[in-house]
Amino acid sequence: MWAIDTAISMVDLTTLEGADTAGKVRSLAAKARRPDPDRGEVPKVAAVCVYPDMVATAKAELEGTGVHVASVATAFPSGRSIMAVKLADTRYAVEQGADEIDMVIDRGAFLSGNYGAVFDEIRQVKEACGAAHLKVILETGELATYDNVRRASWLALLAGGDFIKTSTGKVAPAATLPVTHVMLQAVRDWHRQTGELRGVKPAGGIRSTKDAIKYLVAVHEVAGPEWLTADLFRFGASTLLNDLLMQRRTQLDGHYSGPDYVTVD
Amino acid sequence: MSENRIAVAKTYKLYIGGKFPRSESARSYPVTDSKGAFLANAAQGSRKDARDAVSAARKAFAGWSGATAYNRGQVLYRVAEVLEGRREQFAAEVSAAEGIGVKKAQALVDAAIDRWVWYAGWTDKIAAVLGSSNPVAGPYFSFSTPEPTGVVAVLAPQRSSLLGLVSVVAPVIASGNTAVVVTSEDRPLPAITLSEVLATSDLPGGVVNLLTGRTAEIAPWLASHADVNALDLTGAPDALRADLERSAAGTVKRVLRTRAGEDFTAEPDTSRLRAYLETKTVWHPTGV
Amino acid sequence: MSQLWEYAPAPESRDIANLKPAYKMFVDGEFVEGSGEPLKTINPGTEEVLAEVSTASPSDVDTAVKVARRAYDRVWGKMPGTERAKYIYRIARLIQERSRELAVLESLDNGKPIKESRDVDVPTAAAHFFYHAGWADKLSYAGYGPDPRPLGVAGQVIPWNFPLLMAAWKIAPALATGNTVVLKPAETTPLTALVLAEIIQQADLPPGVVNILPGAGDTGAALVGHADVDKVAFTGSTEVGKLIQSQLAGTGKKLTLELGGKAANIVFDDAPVDQAVEGIVNGIFFNQGHVCCAGSRLLLQESIAEEFLEKLRIRVSTLRVGDPLDKNTDVGAINSREQLTKIQELAAAGEAEGAERWTSACPLPDKGFYFAPTVFSGVSQAMRIAREEIFGPVLSVLTFRTPDEAVAKANNTPYGLSAGIWTDKGSRILWAAQKMRAGVVWANTFNRFDPTAPFGGYQESGFGREGGRAGLEAYLDV
Repeated sequence: MWAIDTAISMVDLTTLEGADTAGKVRSLAAKARRPDPDRGEVPKVAAVCVYPDMVATAKAELEGTGVHVASVATAFPSGRSIMAVKLADTRYAVEQGADEIDMVIDRGAFLSGNYGAVFDEIRQVKEACGAAHLKVILETGELATYDNVRRASWLALLAGGDFIKTSTGKVAPAATLPVTHVMLQAVRDWHRQTGELRGVKPAGGIRSTKDAIKYLVAVHEVAGPEWLTADLFRFGASTLLNDLLMQRRTQLDGHYSGPDYVTVD
Repeated sequence: MSENRIAVAKTYKLYIGGKFPRSESARSYPVTDSKGAFLANAAQGSRKDARDAVSAARKAFAGWSGATAYNRGQVLYRVAEVLEGRREQFAAEVSAAEGIGVKKAQALVDAAIDRWVWYAGWTDKIAAVLGSSNPVAGPYFSFSTPEPTGVVAVLAPQRSSLLGLVSVVAPVIASGNTAVVVTSEDRPLPAITLSEVLATSDLPGGVVNLLTGRTAEIAPWLASHADVNALDLTGAPDALRADLERSAAGTVKRVLRTRAGEDFTAEPDTSRLRAYLETKTVWHPTGV
Repeated sequence: MSQLWEYAPAPESRDIANLKPAYKMFVDGEFVEGSGEPLKTINPGTEEVLAEVSTASPSDVDTAVKVARRAYDRVWGKMPGTERAKYIYRIARLIQERSRELAVLESLDNGKPIKESRDVDVPTAAAHFFYHAGWADKLSYAGYGPDPRPLGVAGQVIPWNFPLLMAAWKIAPALATGNTVVLKPAETTPLTALVLAEIIQQADLPPGVVNILPGAGDTGAALVGHADVDKVAFTGSTEVGKLIQSQLAGTGKKLTLELGGKAANIVFDDAPVDQAVEGIVNGIFFNQGHVCCAGSRLLLQESIAEEFLEKLRIRVSTLRVGDPLDKNTDVGAINSREQLTKIQELAAAGEAEGAERWTSACPLPDKGFYFAPTVFSGVSQAMRIAREEIFGPVLSVLTFRTPDEAVAKANNTPYGLSAGIWTDKGSRILWAAQKMRAGVVWANTFNRFDPTAPFGGYQESGFGREGGRAGLEAYLDV
């Protein structure tokens, strides 16, 4: 139960579809505030994650609830645009009220060895974020090797990313446990060297409670117990929440639950 | 072929979602013939296997209930065809399981094949026989049509290892439901061999899921499962029947409380079909 | 918008109801005092006491079941269908003859507008007896074999939202199939069922074939739990339905349940808007929303949501709330203080959870239990007002983007009683009707009932059907 509730409180409830509308975002926000309408004691999720043009809608629904609004930016998900556009994208999202920005790195630059460009870009976006927290999406599915993941993680941490995040959710494979392991090692090492705590967010492909609990164990064993908070660990997910809610009911009720007992939003 | 050839023994596994997994619990239990001689180890299904089977059945429901009745009829008939081709094997297994002569077993296998044929023919007649056009007193067109209930948990008969099994499963899936079946506890082998027939008969994976194991262990988890819509108590242990019904009440499941000792060789009627059907009534105004 | 016209009050005279100071239970063809604590039934429109009603104790229940058993064994179970039919036809006719009295009494006891009790409840009750009478001697044609047999004694428990109509839905098919009946009307609305008992007496039905026992939940529990009852039929809340199903576990009694709902009314962007607005209003404000199949969730396609909501609010603001006996009244009184409190509590939850509340500014009477028609917009599936049955004049409005999403949201509930579809496109109607996991689907209409059309739910809305050929199964050993 503790693990399930902790996982719920770490979810960045996400909708990143071309078909997103204000109605869709509003209903997701309601879900974020009260994930299980029948059971008020269920914790709120950490954040709702949307595209920049939906930030204002999400903000209006979540102001004062403690649930953050996260926005993807920097020509998400491909990151293929010019710097000016990426920065404008970021500033717009922040102006609209985003508490957190999820940027994508330039994988092309990274894979061609142009690490300086990647670093500079993260720096500039971090500056554009102002007070908003920055999550740096490495898109590990495109980086291909653990070495690359480790290197990109370190680059992002050096450049000032508050979180390193595995994936956009638009590329397969998205988050995997081994990749998350590598990233957790990176933040652990960063902490040892600098004393600073930075976060990790696996995103995409985590659908079951069992998976979520495996990640929590990894967080505890690899990074350490102080990372078991929504300030330092998040799940980027859209369908995970309902499985967590169903398993929560199963634990409490003593029998298996079903999809009709959790909400479609 | 050498006289002394060692036979290749078969590992009997579960049938879930069109696949043949072992129990997640990694348990098995010995199955003997009626005289106590060892036949095989059967997988001893657990509550988590039951949960996986329900998920598989739920996943298969949209496709199977949405298939045309003609298609479902052909699939059920195909089951009969494939079963017919394996008559000898089933006769041997039923004979061993039920402790009857091969000739008698053969008759039961034949009846089981014929039962598939009987229910195959029902798929595209249920709506006409049980549905209706309703002559309502007003300017509306109203019609009622039978629809499958959803996921049905079936506790298969304990004694009749093949004919009984077919008699309880075929009516569930004929109308578009999907099934999670707990087989006869002591006579599970014909059921597992039947799942090989189902797997090669164009039946989509997940439409029928078979769990071998202890009925008393698995049944309560199915009776209380909120994603199960109906429960057939035919093979339930007597001591457990009332408890299972009480659990089923938690989500208002439809419960078929068949009287013990049902004679499966008798000609069936529509009652088992009707047990897992909902009537949907649709209204629309008429006018220009 | 122009001012609403103030019509002069046009109340039905309450004298028509022939209200008596005291009512007794009906057992073995006679009206007798029950040994339970008498209850006072009140007029929810004014909170005044209407009458004192005797109630049945467990021993009265036992007596009634014995009487019903005897009537089944000696008379009714053996009677040829042709003869049973004529008794049931008589009941239908007597209801028609006493329709005005029944309508006024129903509105007094229940609080529903007289135009509804007069035009819907009473005529449909008569129609149910008329329809089922004809089945009594034609059961061998019903598709349940050559000679389907009755079950024996039926114990029936009904709710307060359609007191007479629910009694008819229960008694008519039971009698037609050859069962005898012990029926318990709801605690707050026992009167019309007891006038129905008078009608049954006037019809000269053999004593004991129908017995009517007023009382509260404990009387109902004693009835459904009685060892000599063969069949239980219950209409009411899902919560109580589960208790009954659980109570009957292992007894082998045949059970049918007609329980709660949270119906979705889906409006697609090509719907006939004005017709849809009327249907939505009827769907949720009919009978003060005290309807298990009420269209309590409105799913609007996002592209038309604003415009539609505006039209809906304008239409709802014209509903007249007030004296149930006034023929101008559109929305009457909430049936009880308890129910009113429950509606208020859920409406408050809707506001607290962030939905936008709009309540009609219509005047409410000073006395009595009233709740102004209310529409919540900006509702999400994850709010209590989208999940829980409110059973009152409160509409929750949600939006959707695509037909698949509409269907997913509509079906995303443990209930499955009814659904509504509004679109001008025929193929979409049939597609959506097929996808709905609900027992009744109204397309471009809502809240239509007819004895020939089976009614009942999927999933936690219950099992078994009432009405039509399918409804007979509930009372036959098949």
